[in-house]
Parts: sequence; structure tokens; C-alpha cells
Amino acid sequence: MKLPFTVMFEKRMDDVPKWLPAATSIGSVVIAFIISGIILKLIGGQPMRVGKFFFEATFGSWAAVSDTLVKATPLIMVGLACTIAFKMKLWNIGAEGQFYIGAFAASLVVLIPMVPLDSPRFVIIGLMIIMGMIGGAAWGFIPGVLKGKFGVNEIITTLMLNYIAILWNNFWIFNKWSDAGFQMTPPFEKTAWLPRLADYAREYKAFSGITLHLGVVIALVATVVVWWVLERSRWGYEIKLTGDNKEAARYAGINIVRNIILVMMFSGALAGLAGMSEISGVVHRLQERISPGYGFTGIIIAWLAKLNPFAVVLVSILFGALIVAGREIQPSGLAQLLQGIILFMVISSDVLLRYKIRFIRLHSPAAGEVEVA
Amino acid sequence: MNLEIILHAGLATGTILLFAAIGEVFSERAGVLNLGVEGMMLLGAMAGFSTSLATGNVWLGLLAAIIAGGILSLAHGLVTIHFQADQVVSGLSLTFLGTGLALVLGEGLTGKNPPLVPSFNIPGLSAIPFIGPVFFTDHSLLVYVGYLFVPLAWYFIFRTRPGMHLRAVGEKPDAADTMGVNVYGLRYLYVFVGGCLAGLAGATISLSVSPGWYSTQTTSGQGWIAVGLVIFAQWDPLRAAFGAYLFGALRRGILDLQGPAFLLGMKNPLYINSNYGFFLQMTPYVLTILALVIGSRQAARKRLGAPAALGLPYIRGERGL
Repeated sequence: MKLPFTVMFEKRMDDVPKWLPAATSIGSVVIAFIISGIILKLIGGQPMRVGKFFFEATFGSWAAVSDTLVKATPLIMVGLACTIAFKMKLWNIGAEGQFYIGAFAASLVVLIPMVPLDSPRFVIIGLMIIMGMIGGAAWGFIPGVLKGKFGVNEIITTLMLNYIAILWNNFWIFNKWSDAGFQMTPPFEKTAWLPRLADYAREYKAFSGITLHLGVVIALVATVVVWWVLERSRWGYEIKLTGDNKEAARYAGINIVRNIILVMMFSGALAGLAGMSEISGVVHRLQERISPGYGFTGIIIAWLAKLNPFAVVLVSILFGALIVAGREIQPSGLAQLLQGIILFMVISSDVLLRYKIRFIRLHSPAAGEVEVA
Repeated sequence: MNLEIILHAGLATGTILLFAAIGEVFSERAGVLNLGVEGMMLLGAMAGFSTSLATGNVWLGLLAAIIAGGILSLAHGLVTIHFQADQVVSGLSLTFLGTGLALVLGEGLTGKNPPLVPSFNIPGLSAIPFIGPVFFTDHSLLVYVGYLFVPLAWYFIFRTRPGMHLRAVGEKPDAADTMGVNVYGLRYLYVFVGGCLAGLAGATISLSVSPGWYSTQTTSGQGWIAVGLVIFAQWDPLRAAFGAYLFGALRRGILDLQGPAFLLGMKNPLYINSNYGFFLQMTPYVLTILALVIGSRQAARKRLGAPAALGLPYIRGERGL
């Protein structure tokens, strides 16, 4: 069979239209949902019902919206962690482990305790924030040094450190800090809880049962900081230049080894902050499985957001919704499958940013060309 | 603490890493980094397990595992070879995709008992003292297949013409292209081979070494360890096999440390407080990092590196596709 036209891919010489990256991301998500629906149908599920349930569970009421935002909070910070590392083409796959170590370090404030537990709330929480970031940064420092000084592949080291972090966490919660033999520490004092809207239910009726906590503000502040670093600071310029062209960066006199270590630490600190926010704002104790894979979801979020900090916030809300709904949707792997398909669609669609697709009519006297994107 | 038992078990668990790592050697030698090994293994483990359960035929199960891993890898091939997407990100998404598919399709498989790959002694060889009981006694067929597969893979890559083409495609794709070698075709082929072997590695777990379906716990990060081993092995099947078996044995030996009440004449702290077992469980991951550090330093000293075109899409001229 001979088609009446031929498809050509042409390298894009002009600038990518401003709307195109966003359009490919949105299109990828839509197509991924459709494909997942088809798979669900094929294995005998009811895609429409699941879809309706999905919407109701995530945006159907104020409480549902709050649930979604609560899940989006750690995702924003972890997504930012991946964003800043990926800008430098540093593949930090270890946000999950940095999250756990951040949560662990923040817990130390309460569990040791580092300050009297009747200190003012802002002292305890401030210290927890600092400790969480230090913990995450330390966990990012290890692969950073190995990569910078010895050229060890950071993908594998960050990944291995994830497993180590979770086991380290388990050692303490099964052992020294176990609450009466359960695999969790005793609940933290109220002074170590991030304030929640529900705490003000007495003054404002509408807030009762709304679990949204101060972590979301921390996440938004982090977003602005990361944006500022990347777009307004000299360091951000160095990071982006190194990511785009390592040789050029070297000739420009940028200290790449130092930047590798610093970026890994900054990335780790953001993931550690997410861990702190989760235990202080949601779980209120250190326990097993405080993260259902936030660190890995952060990778997809960063990529879907095209490494734009503000887009990370929007994408995180979508993925927060996926997690909220995914807890109840059967089969249980569906949310993960959807994430995988979304990421695949995004990276495939990137070809549209680099190439123009032309449909050229054959044997036509007018030789008209139809251009798509 | 019995050396014979540790080595015997090491060969069995090492076979898992061996198939996965050598599969990745093929893929990376062709210039395509595939980080989706964990996902392909998990899908293979699920496909093998469920097919063996449904058909009652373990050989069909192995075949299904191989095909499942291979097909999944083609998604990575399409995206990285044709769409020139970043191989790191594509490999990661392959892990998500494979894990998600395996979890969705593997619902309700836990606790089932399908036919497994048979184990047997090699007549004659199993009678050799020490070597017999370790290498040739009561192993699964897949372990013996592994013994044969390693030298064959090495011979293929380094001593045959197709093997030379494979390396050329990963080192200098433009030169290979000029010589009439089908760069795109071969890259697809070896990505597929890598996927098939990862699928087989998955089935080696679920149908032989530790039979059963335990969702993501089935592979528990072994796919990633295999990717690390390839770097340690400097893209050589023989070194990959050595690393895989060594890893298997160390893993088993370390677990056995928990058993005895006394160790070297001292009270065994692991025996007294089983919580120290968490540190034992960390060792495979710590060892992987150490192996990487050693591998990277050696590679730097000997100027041995990854295949030169590893991770780079090949674009013929300007047109690309």
C-alpha cells in the first residue's frame, strides 16, 4: 500500500513555540489516562466508574481537595529536589532515601530530645526543619562525593542508599524507639506538630476535619527559593551551564566537582525537608512506610514539569490526586502503572520539541505541504 | 556456617544476577543504557509464575517470562533509538511501567503453587569432592544453563563477527553505519536480548530460587544491583558472572552469620539481638556501592571505560529518524 503522502521529521531550527512544551505534557497525561483505561477494560475493570470515583475521591469536596493537597505537599518538595539535580544532569534517584533520613533526623529533635519538649512550638519545629534538611543533605553528600571525586555512577549509589536508609530507619523504630513493640515511635508531643487548619475548627467551623497543614506553605516557599536559585543566581547559572555543556562549563572556570557535591546536598536537603513535613504534619511519629514511593514519583513530576519549579507545583497536585485515589482503587498497582505510562508519553513527546513533523503530499502538482507542530 | 552450603546457595542466587547483568552487558555494549532491568525482571517473574500456574507447564512459563521482558524492553528501544529520548529517564519509566504492569496483572498470585523448574545432579561430576556438591548437585536447570551461557556470551561478544558488529555499534556507530552495519536494527536486537534475559532472571526468582509471587518484594532491588554489577564488570560477561556468583555467596554467607550463638569464640551480637539483622540486610547494597567504587577506579586507571557511544542516540546525518 502506498500512502499519498510521506512523513518527514525535520530538525527544528527555530525556537520551540512557548505553548508546545505545556501542550505535550498535558497531552501525555490525557493519552496516558486513555491507555490505562483501555488496559483496565481489557483485564475486566470498569474504567468509567473508576474515573468517576477518582474525581470524587480527589476533588469532590473540600475535605477531598485538602487530602489531595496534603499528598501534594511532600511531592512538591521531592519534585523540586529532582528538578535541581536534573538541571545539572545529575540523576538523583535517591530522593526516597533522603526523605527517610530527613524524617529520621527531624525525629531526633523530639526523640532524644534535643530541646525541652515544652519549648515554644516555633523553636521545636524550626529545629526539626533544620535537622530534616541536614539529614537529607548528608544522604545526598555521599553519592555527591563519590560522583565528584571518584566518578562513581550516581544513579546506582543513590538507589542503593534508598534501601540502606529504609533499613536504618527500621533499625531504630523496631528497636530503641519502638512504641511498646510496635514498629513505630510513640506519637510526638503536640509542640512538634505542624499547625493544621483543623486545629482552628473552634474559631472557623469550616475548618473542622481539614487536615491541610503548614507544610504546604513550606513547600511553596521552597518552590520560590528553587526558582530564584535557578533563574536569578549565579550558582543557578553554573548549574544550568554544567547541565547543558560540561566542557563549556569547565572552560568557563566553573568548579564542577564542588557543584556536583553542593547540588546533591541541596537536592537531598529538599527531599529531607519533605520527610520532615510528612512526619511533623501528617504522621506525627516516625514509622515504617512513611513514603509510598514519593521519591520515585518526584522523578516523574520533575520531568513532566519540564524542570520548571512552578510547574512542579501543578503536576504535584495531579500526582497527589493519583496517590489519594490510588489508595482505594483496585487493582493496587494501577496508580503506578499510570505513572509509568505518563512518563513514557512525556519523554516520547519530547521528539516534537526537537523535530518538526511534515506531511508532504506525493505526486501533487501544487506540492502543498501540511505542517504539524 | 558451612562453606559448601554458602557457595551452593551463592551459585543459585547468583544465577539471577548473572542473567540480568549479562543481558544488560549486551544492551550497553550496543550503546543503549537500559535502567529498566528491575521492571523487566518483575514483569518476567510475574509472567513466568502466572503462565506456569495457568498451563501447568513450567517451560511455557519460562518462555512467557522471556517474551514479557523482551517486549517491555522494546518500548525502551522505540523511545530511545527512534525518538532519541534520554536513556536514563526512559529506563526509569520502564521500571515504573514494568512494576505497575506486574502488580496489576499479578493480583491474587500470592500463595499459589505452580510447577517449578526441576533440580537435579549432574551424573559423574557431582561425585568430585567439594566441587561436586557445590557446583553439580541439586541445582536448578537454570543454574547449569548459566554455566554454559557465560562462556558462550563472552565468545560471542569478543570472538565472532556479529559480536564485533555489536561492539562497533556501541563504540563508533557512525563508522559501523559506513561499513554497512545496520545500527538501528542491531540496537533494537540487543535491547531486546537484554530484556529477554532480564525476564529470564525474573523467572529464575519466581520459578526456581525463591519460588512465589511477593509483589515488589520478589525482586527487591536485584535489577538495580545487576545494573551496578555491569559497571563493576566493565562490560565483560566473565567478570559479570564472577561478580554475580560472588555477590550471591556473600549475601548468603552474611545471612548465615545470624545463626550461631558464638562467633570466633565471642558471643555473637547478631544472635543476641536480632535487630542488628537490619545492618546485615544493608550489606548487599553497601557491597554494590563498594563494587562500583572499585570498578570505577580500575576503569579510570586502565582507561577502560564504558562503550564510547553508551547513552547517546545515533542520528544519521541530520535527519535523525
